[in-house]
Amino acid sequence: MNLTAYIYLATLLFAIGALVVLLRRNTIIVFMGVELMLNACNLALITFARMHGSLDGQVYVLFVMVVAAAEVVVGLAIIMSIYRARRSASVDDANLLKL
Amino acid sequence: MSGGEALLFWVLGPTCVLGALGLLFARKAVHAAMAMALVMVGLGIFYIAQYAEFVGIIQIFVYSGAVMMLFLFVIMTVGTESSISPIETISGQRAWGWILVLLFGGVAMYGVARVTFPEPVGLGGAQAEGTVTALAREIFSRQVISFEVLGSLLVIAVMGAMVLAHRERLVPRATQRVLAADRVRRNTFVAGKPAPGVYARHNASDVPALLPDGTPADVSVPRTLVARGQTVPVPYRGVDPAGTPPDAEAADTAPPSTRRGDQA
Amino acid sequence: MSVLETSVGLALADPSAVRAVEATGTSALAWLLIALPLLGAALLLIGGRATDSFGPLLATLLSWGSFVVGALIVLQLSGLAEDERAMSVPLWDWVTAGDLSVHAGLLIDPLSMAFVLLITFVGSLIHVYSLGYMEHDPDKRRFFAYLNLFVAAMLILVLADSYLLLFVGWEGVGLASYLLIGFWNHNPAYASAANKAFVVNRIGDFALIIAMAYMLATFGGLDFATVHGSAGSASTTILTIIGLLLLLGACGKSAQFPLQSWLGDAMAGPTPVSALIHAATMVTAGVYLVVRSQAIFDLTPEARLAVAVVGAITLLYGAIVGCAKDDIKKALAASTMSQIGYMMLAAGLGPIGYAFAIFHLITHGFFKAGMFLGAGSVMHGMADRVDMRRFGGLSGMMKITWLTFMAGWLAILGVPPFAGFWSKDKIIESAFVDQGNGAWQAWVFGLVALIGAGITAFYMSRLFFMTFHGKARWEDDVDPHESPLTMTVPMIVLAVGSVALGFILSWRGTFASWLEPVTGHVEHHEPVLSVPVIMGLTLVLVIIGGAIAWLRYGRDEVPVVAPVGSFATRAARQDLFQDEFNENFLRRPGASLVAGLEVADDDVIDGGLVGGTSRGLAGVADVVRRAQNGFVRTYALTMLAGIVAILGAVWVIQ
Repeated sequence: MNLTAYIYLATLLFAIGALVVLLRRNTIIVFMGVELMLNACNLALITFARMHGSLDGQVYVLFVMVVAAAEVVVGLAIIMSIYRARRSASVDDANLLKL
Repeated sequence: MSGGEALLFWVLGPTCVLGALGLLFARKAVHAAMAMALVMVGLGIFYIAQYAEFVGIIQIFVYSGAVMMLFLFVIMTVGTESSISPIETISGQRAWGWILVLLFGGVAMYGVARVTFPEPVGLGGAQAEGTVTALAREIFSRQVISFEVLGSLLVIAVMGAMVLAHRERLVPRATQRVLAADRVRRNTFVAGKPAPGVYARHNASDVPALLPDGTPADVSVPRTLVARGQTVPVPYRGVDPAGTPPDAEAADTAPPSTRRGDQA
Repeated sequence: MSVLETSVGLALADPSAVRAVEATGTSALAWLLIALPLLGAALLLIGGRATDSFGPLLATLLSWGSFVVGALIVLQLSGLAEDERAMSVPLWDWVTAGDLSVHAGLLIDPLSMAFVLLITFVGSLIHVYSLGYMEHDPDKRRFFAYLNLFVAAMLILVLADSYLLLFVGWEGVGLASYLLIGFWNHNPAYASAANKAFVVNRIGDFALIIAMAYMLATFGGLDFATVHGSAGSASTTILTIIGLLLLLGACGKSAQFPLQSWLGDAMAGPTPVSALIHAATMVTAGVYLVVRSQAIFDLTPEARLAVAVVGAITLLYGAIVGCAKDDIKKALAASTMSQIGYMMLAAGLGPIGYAFAIFHLITHGFFKAGMFLGAGSVMHGMADRVDMRRFGGLSGMMKITWLTFMAGWLAILGVPPFAGFWSKDKIIESAFVDQGNGAWQAWVFGLVALIGAGITAFYMSRLFFMTFHGKARWEDDVDPHESPLTMTVPMIVLAVGSVALGFILSWRGTFASWLEPVTGHVEHHEPVLSVPVIMGLTLVLVIIGGAIAWLRYGRDEVPVVAPVGSFATRAARQDLFQDEFNENFLRRPGASLVAGLEVADDDVIDGGLVGGTSRGLAGVADVVRRAQNGFVRTYALTMLAGIVAILGAVWVIQ
C-alpha cells in the first residue's frame, strides 16, 4: 500500500466523471461531472506534491479551484439563460451547433 | 502511508467512488448534487490526510460549501421543473460511452501501473514553517503573477455571469389592475384563480382545491408542484387515492413523463 | 584617346563611393533641416483651426529656420578640405530583416547641400509670397501645412543616404504635390488633375521600386555607399537595367518623355505651388536621382544614352508645346519640361555634364520660380485670368512684376550675363563634345540643344510680349494692379538671383569645383564646333526667336480668340496629342485587357477552378457534416476517443 493508491482512485473518479459527462443529459449534472473530473485531477496533484516534497502541486490545486469557481459562475449563468430561452435543462436540446 | 491513513483510504475511497456513481445514477438532480458534495468532502479529507491542510479546508469550505450550494440554488430554480426522458436519444451514445470510458480507465490505470514512482519525499521539508506559511510564500512570491491573473479572471467571470443573468425588461411589468382587466376581457378566471386547499381538510399550498364536482383543480397549486407530481392526492368522492390517482384527469395538461419519480 | 575609358576610370575612383565620415559640429544637426518643416506640417495639420491665426506665419518661420541651418552647414563644409566635405548623419536602424539592414541616415555632401540651399531658400521665399497670394483663402492654414510637408519631404529626398530613404522623400513629395495640385479640389477638374499627376507618377515610382529590388539582389544593400561602392563589380546588363529603371523613375517625377503628360494639368494648383514644386524643386528630383546615381550611369553608356535621348526629346517637345499654349501657366509648365530636358540631356552626357545639369537646375530654380511668381502676380492683379490673349500692356500697370519677369525672361533666353547664359550655354557646349562614341551623337545632341534654345527664345518672348506688351486686351471687369509687398519682395529676390546667380557661381568655376567631390573632375574636351562659334550661333538663334516673337506678338495685334492655326499649332495646343495617345494606345487597350481578364477570371478562374473546388468541397462537406449532429455529448465522446487513442499510441510506442 503506497501513495499510488491515490492515483488509482483519482483515475477512477476521473473516468466516472467522464462517464457522467457522456451519459447524463441534465445540464447541471453534466456540469457536476466536469467538476468531478477537475477534483480527480486535484487529488492527483495533491498526491504528486506529497511524493515530490514540493508545494507546486498544492499551488496548482488552488489555482484549479479558482478557475473551476470562475467556470461554475459563468457556466451556471449560461445554464440559466439557456433554460430561460428553451424551458429545458437537457443538453440535447441545445443542439444548434450543427449545420 | 501509515496504517491509520490506509484505513482512512479504504473507508473514504469507496465512499467517494460510491458518491461519484451516485452522480452517475441519481434520477434527481438534487440527489446527484448531494452525492457530489459527499465526494468533495471526502476529497477534502484526503487532502488533509496528505498534509495539504490548507487546500483541504478550502476544498470543504469553498467547494462543498459555496460551489455546491450554487449548484443547489440553480437546481432549485431550474432543475425541478425540467423533465428529461430516460430514453437515450443519440443512438450508440450509451454503448460507446461505456466502451470508451472503460478503455480509457484501463489504459490510464495500466499507464499508472507501469510508472515507477520515486520514494515519496514527504512535505516535512517543504512545509517546515507550517502549511499556510509555506503555501503563502509560494503564492505571493513565486506565483504572484499567476495569482493576480487568476484574480482578474474571477472578476471577469463575475461580470460575465451578471451580464448573462441580467434580463432587460422590455415591457413594463403588468400591474394587478391590468391583469384583472385582461382576465375580464378574456372572460377567464374573472373571479381569480381558486386558492389551494379550499374545500379540503388541508390548508397547504400543495393541496389542490376541489372543483364543485369534486375534482381537484390543478390551477390552484403552483405549477412546479404539478409538474413534479408533488401535489397531495385528495380523495375523490370517497375513492381511495392510492387506487386511482386523483390527478389522472389532469394528465392531458401535463405530459406523463413529468410525473413523480420520472425525474432523470 | 577614348573618353569612355576615362569616365570608367573616374567611376571606379568615384569620391561619392567613399564612405562619408560621421558628421560633427553644425552638420550633426542636419536632422533639424527636415524636422523643422515637418514639425510645422504636424502642428498645422493636427492643431486644426486653433492654429489658423498664426499657422501660416509659423510655417514660414520654420521654413526659414531650415534655411538658416542649411546655410550654417554649408559654411562649415566650405571651411573643410575638398575630400572631407562628405559627412553622414546616422539616425537610426530602420529596416532589419535577415541579411538586409538599412539604416536611416542623412548624407551631407556638396550635391545634397546645393539642393538643400535651393529648396529651403526658394521654398521660404515662396512661403513668404504665399502669405500674400493666399491671404484670402479660407484654407490658408492647410495650404501652409502642405507646403511645409513638401519642404520636409523634398529635404528627405535630397539628404537621404540610401535609395530607400530617398524613396520615402520621393513618395512624400509626390503626396505633397498631389495634395497641393488638388488643393482646390471642390473643382472636379482640379481634383482629377491631382489624380492624373499621382497616377502618372506611380509608373515612375514603380520603376524605382523595381530598380531598388535589382540593387538589393545585386549589391545586397540600398545605401548609396554600398550600391555605388560595388557598382563596378556588377555585370553591365544589370547596371543597364537598373539605369533604365532609374531613368523611368526620373521621367515620372521630372515630367520627361514619355511620362510628361501630368505637368501641364498640375498647373491646377495654386501658383506658388507651381513655382515651388512644379518648377523649382520637385520636378528636378529626377535630375538629382540621375546625378546621384552617376556611379551606375558611368558604367553603362547605354542607359546614359537613353537619358540623353529622353532629355533631348523632352526639350524639343516642351519647347514646341510651349509655342502654342495661351494659358500663361501652361506655357511656363511646358518651358519647365523643356528646361528639365536640358538638364537630363546634360546628365546623360556623363561626367562632363553632371555639374552643368545641377548648375542649370539651380539657376533654373531661381528664374523659373521667379517667372511663376510673376505669373501668379499677374493673375492676382487680373482676377485669376490665365489666358494670355486677354493680357497685354501690363508693363505699365505692374512695374515690379514686369521688371522681375523680364529678369527671368532674359535669364531663360540665355542672354549674357543673365543666369541662364552661364548654365545653358555650358550644356549646349557639352552636348557638342564628341565623347568617343561617334561624332554623330555630338552633332545630334548639340544641334537639338541649339535649336531648342532658339525655340525657347521664341515662346518665352511670345509669353512675355503677350502678357506685358502690345495693346491691352483686358476684359472689362478686371482692374490690373500691382501685388502687395509680401509678393513682390520674393519676386525681387528671385530676380536678383536670375540676374546675378549664374555669374557669381561660375566666377572662377566656384560651383563646378564645389560639386567636384561628387561629380568628379573631367578634363575639358573640345567640342566638334569651337566654343565661340557655338556661343555665337546660340545668341543668333535666340535673337531670331525673340525677334519673330516681337514681330508677331509685340508689334502686331494679338487676336483675342485663338485662330484655328496650322495643324502643327493645333497639335502643339493639344500637347502633341499626348493625352490622346495615352487614351488610345494605353488606357483603352488596358481597359480592354482588364475587361478580358475579368471575363477570364469570372468564367475560368472563379467559375471553373475556384467554383469547381468549392463545389467539390461542398460535396465532401455535405457528407462530413453528418458527423456534426450538434449534440455536445457526441463531441465529448469524440474527444474521449481522441484521448484514448493518444494514450494507446503512447502505450504502443513505449
